[in-house]
Order: sequence, then structure tokens, then C-alpha cells
Amino acid sequence: MSTDLENTLYIFMLATFLGLEVIRKVSPLLHTPLMSLTNAISAISVIGAIMITGAEGATTLSKVLGFIAITAAVTNIVSGYLITDRMLRMFKKPGGKK
Amino acid sequence: MAHLVSYIYIFSAALFILSLKWMNSPVTARRSVLAGEIGMLMAIAGTLLAFKVFNWEWILAAFFIGTAVGIPIAYIMPMTAVPQRTAMSHACGALAAALVGTAEFYRANQLHEILPTFVMVPLMLETLLGFLTFTGSLMAMGKLQEVLPQRPITYRNQNLTNFALFVIAAGLAVWLIINPTQTWIFPIFAGLALLFGVLLIIPIGGADMPTVIALLNSYAGLSACAMGFVLGNKLLVIAGALDGSSGLILSIIMCKAMNRSFTNVLFGAFGQLQVAHGQAEKRPVRSASPEEAASILEAASSVIIVPGYGLAVAQAQHKIRELFDALMRRGVDVKFAIHPVAGRMPGHMNVLLAEADIPYDRLYEMDDINSEFAQCDVALVIGANDVTNPAARNDKSSPIYGMPILDVDKAHTVMVIKRSMSPGFAGIDNELYYMDKTLMLFGDAKVFVTEILKELPARAAA
Repeated sequence: MSTDLENTLYIFMLATFLGLEVIRKVSPLLHTPLMSLTNAISAISVIGAIMITGAEGATTLSKVLGFIAITAAVTNIVSGYLITDRMLRMFKKPGGKK
Repeated sequence: MAHLVSYIYIFSAALFILSLKWMNSPVTARRSVLAGEIGMLMAIAGTLLAFKVFNWEWILAAFFIGTAVGIPIAYIMPMTAVPQRTAMSHACGALAAALVGTAEFYRANQLHEILPTFVMVPLMLETLLGFLTFTGSLMAMGKLQEVLPQRPITYRNQNLTNFALFVIAAGLAVWLIINPTQTWIFPIFAGLALLFGVLLIIPIGGADMPTVIALLNSYAGLSACAMGFVLGNKLLVIAGALDGSSGLILSIIMCKAMNRSFTNVLFGAFGQLQVAHGQAEKRPVRSASPEEAASILEAASSVIIVPGYGLAVAQAQHKIRELFDALMRRGVDVKFAIHPVAGRMPGHMNVLLAEADIPYDRLYEMDDINSEFAQCDVALVIGANDVTNPAARNDKSSPIYGMPILDVDKAHTVMVIKRSMSPGFAGIDNELYYMDKTLMLFGDAKVFVTEILKELPARAAA
């Protein structure tokens, strides 16, 4: 089991460095849409919420907490992707003015 | 089937990484939303199919409500309110992580399953960060929406109180890690974390919001990441780490742009008001009417517009677009100079100007445009204050000394649209306004630009 923890820590370390490198290259022009996009992506926590809510024999407490968690995460997913797209559509190509 | 879902997760993780990579340019950026959406849908579908999922009615109802709430938020929200929405989504994300951690803790205790340390450590981190980011983001949202005062709320021994509170919460967390069956501690711990989130954000002023929003983004991501460790789900770890590092980079950029450290932003309660009030004696400024402003702009061959939070407050972006068009049609070269901390969140001004259809190749970052101010005829400052204050360069006693600024004072003529002479959020007087080449244009940004526009066609006809 501890080897699995080690693997996960390796993944965490690599993902953090990868994230730092990738994000560093994002144009400051797009920092606002970037934030709403990463927000939507981190709402992948919805799968954790699904596992909690949908576990066999989940207690009422689990179901209620999981229900709120799924609702919050899905709100983030839906509004996050849609508003990111809405913002990105506004950035007009330089040639396309007028 | 359980194997298949692991492969789906790997694929989703790859799509998330590509999604962020494609954000490096506006040309490829829309692809990144698609990649993110596909990755998300696959991960959710894979999870629902691969695991024996019960309680479908709860899950489907939550999906339905979340979608029903999310769609209107995305489409109705005006672009000026994007910082509030972002704070709200940090709150939602953090809440989801905190509640999953809480549920997992009680589930294990219910089944008399003793959670091992390597699960308890991330679980406590997840819930601590989750709860404090939840209330902290709500406070930030309240400040941005101006439900709460934007000025720092301070009281005696504030940092000491916060520190003590944090130490107690952290101490309880350690206790729970050692004795995971002491369920009575958990609600106290959660309550303290929630309270700490409130107290952490109330002393932070409006001008520091870009850093705070980025920092809360990072916390929310790390909380989701910790959830990945608790549930042994590597996709969560990757997505959380990406979000965490994104927030971290943005907050570092914001801090550098203000020449301040994290600790200073969080515990420094910006705005030495007493200094500002001492200096606020009446000094002469030159003001100008819309007619005069219009004739100066018309005679210029190059104009650099410096937007700030005041532009967002006045909702003036569309009028500025008209001014941009009118001047460009007359052969005036118009550019926009954007300071990294202009507005209330990273990139706020770019989104507002893009919303008004100003082509993004006209929006310049601070480092790219600063050398051009010396050659430009007119610098037009709209609703920006501290980011143009020359005191940051030459007044060692100024609280903003050392902060990189836009070199507006080097332009041949400076025009500043401002409601009144009141100092900005930092409460610092701006030398720029008293310079001989500076013209103050007093009024609401939107109204004033409209007045200037009225003058421009009349002159063209004459």
C-alpha cells in the first residue's frame, strides 16, 4: 500500500512541475479565462463525490454531504467551461477588426 | 471494467494537460475548452459505469441542480462581475472537497474502520484547506460584490488572533490524525477552519484581490489534490496539482507586480491611511473639459490608454471601444497598456476590453509597452491609480515604493479620467495628478468618454 502512496506522490510532484511549466507559458492576456478553466478542471473532484454518494450502504450523512458536493462541483464544471468559452470567443483575431 | 476506467482516467489527465497547454495563445485557446470538456465527460462517464454506483436518484438530482444553476451563471454573468463569479467557483470547489473529506471521515468511523495515517494526513489537509477556502472565497466574493466593505477590516492583535486560531485548528488536525476515532473533535476542527477562512480575508483590501483570488484558486486546487490522495485517485491528484500550480503561478505574478510578498499581502493590511491623510492638503491641478480633451486626442498621433478598475466600475468598456474606433479612423495609433494587477483579478482588463471587441493585438503588457510612453503623445488613464503612481519609482517613503508601474508620466501629455481627487485603494496620493503636463478630466469614465465622442464627429465635419 505504501508503494501506491509513493507512486501517487511521484505523480503529484511531476504534475505540479508540469503545471508550473505549462501555466508559465500562458499569455497574461488569458489569465482570467485560465482561472475559470482550471477551476472547471479541478471540479473533477465530482468523481470523488460520486464515489461517496454512490457507495453501497452510504449513510444519510454521506448521501447529503455527497449530494451537496456533487451539486457544487457540477455547478463549477458547467459554469466554468461555458464561461471560459464565452470569454475566449470575445478575443477577436487581430486581422478581423472591422 | 475497473481496469478500463483507469485507462480512461489516464486519457482524461492527458486531455486536461493539453487543455492548459493550448491556453498559451488566443488562437488555440478555444480548443482547450473542448479538450477539457471531453476529458471531464469521459472521467464522469467512466466513473459512473465502472464502479457499482448506488443512490442514483441523489446523484442525478445533484447533476440536474448543478447544471440548472451553472448554465445561467455562465451566460447571464456580466464580464464586469467575473471576479465575483471566480471567487464563487473557488468557494464551490473548496466546499465540494471539504464535504467529500468530511463524508469519508464519518463513513470510516461508522464502519469502525480505522483510517491509516497516510489517509488521515491528506484528509485533514483536504478538509482544512477546503473549509477555509470556502468561507474565505465567500468573503472575497462579498467584497468584490461590495456587499462587504472593500476596505481592510482590522482590529487589535488581528494577526495574533488568526495565528492562534490556525495553530489550534492545526493542533486538532494532528490530534485527529493520531486518534482518527475521536469523532467529537471533527466538528470543532471544521468550525475553526471555517472561521479562519473568514478572518483571513476580511483584513485584505480591494486592491489586493487579484493576489487573493489567485491564492484561493491554489488552495482549492490543493484541496482537490488532497482528496485524490484520500481516495487513491490519481486523476484527482493530477487535476488538483494543475489547478494548484496555476493558482500559485498567478499569485506569484500578482505579488511581483505589486512588489510585495505573500505574507505582506495576507498579513499586511495594505493602506497606511494615516500617511495619506497627512499629505492630503489642497494642491493645484489642471483640469480640462471634454472639448479640450477631444481636440488634444485628435491632434495626437499616438495614444496609449491605461485602463483600471474604475473602467469596470463605470462599465465604460464599450464607450472606450467607440473612442478607439473614432481615433483609429482618424489615423491615431491607439494602444492599451495593461498592468498585471489592473482590475480585481488576473487578466480582468483584457477580458473587459475583448468583450468590447477591441482586437487583442492592441492590448500590451507592462514590460512590452513601458518604453513607448516616452514617444507617445497622450497617455489616457481611465480608472487606474496606484499602477501609474511615479512615487513607486522615486519616493522611498511611499508604501508602494518599488512596485513596477506603467511609465505614464513620461508621455508628452497625460490625461486622467477620475471621479474626484480622492486617493485610490491604497490611500496614497498620486504625484502624477499634480504634474504640469497632466490634465484631470473629472467625471464618470463612461459619461466623460461619451462627451469626448460627441466632440469628435463635430470636429471632423468642420
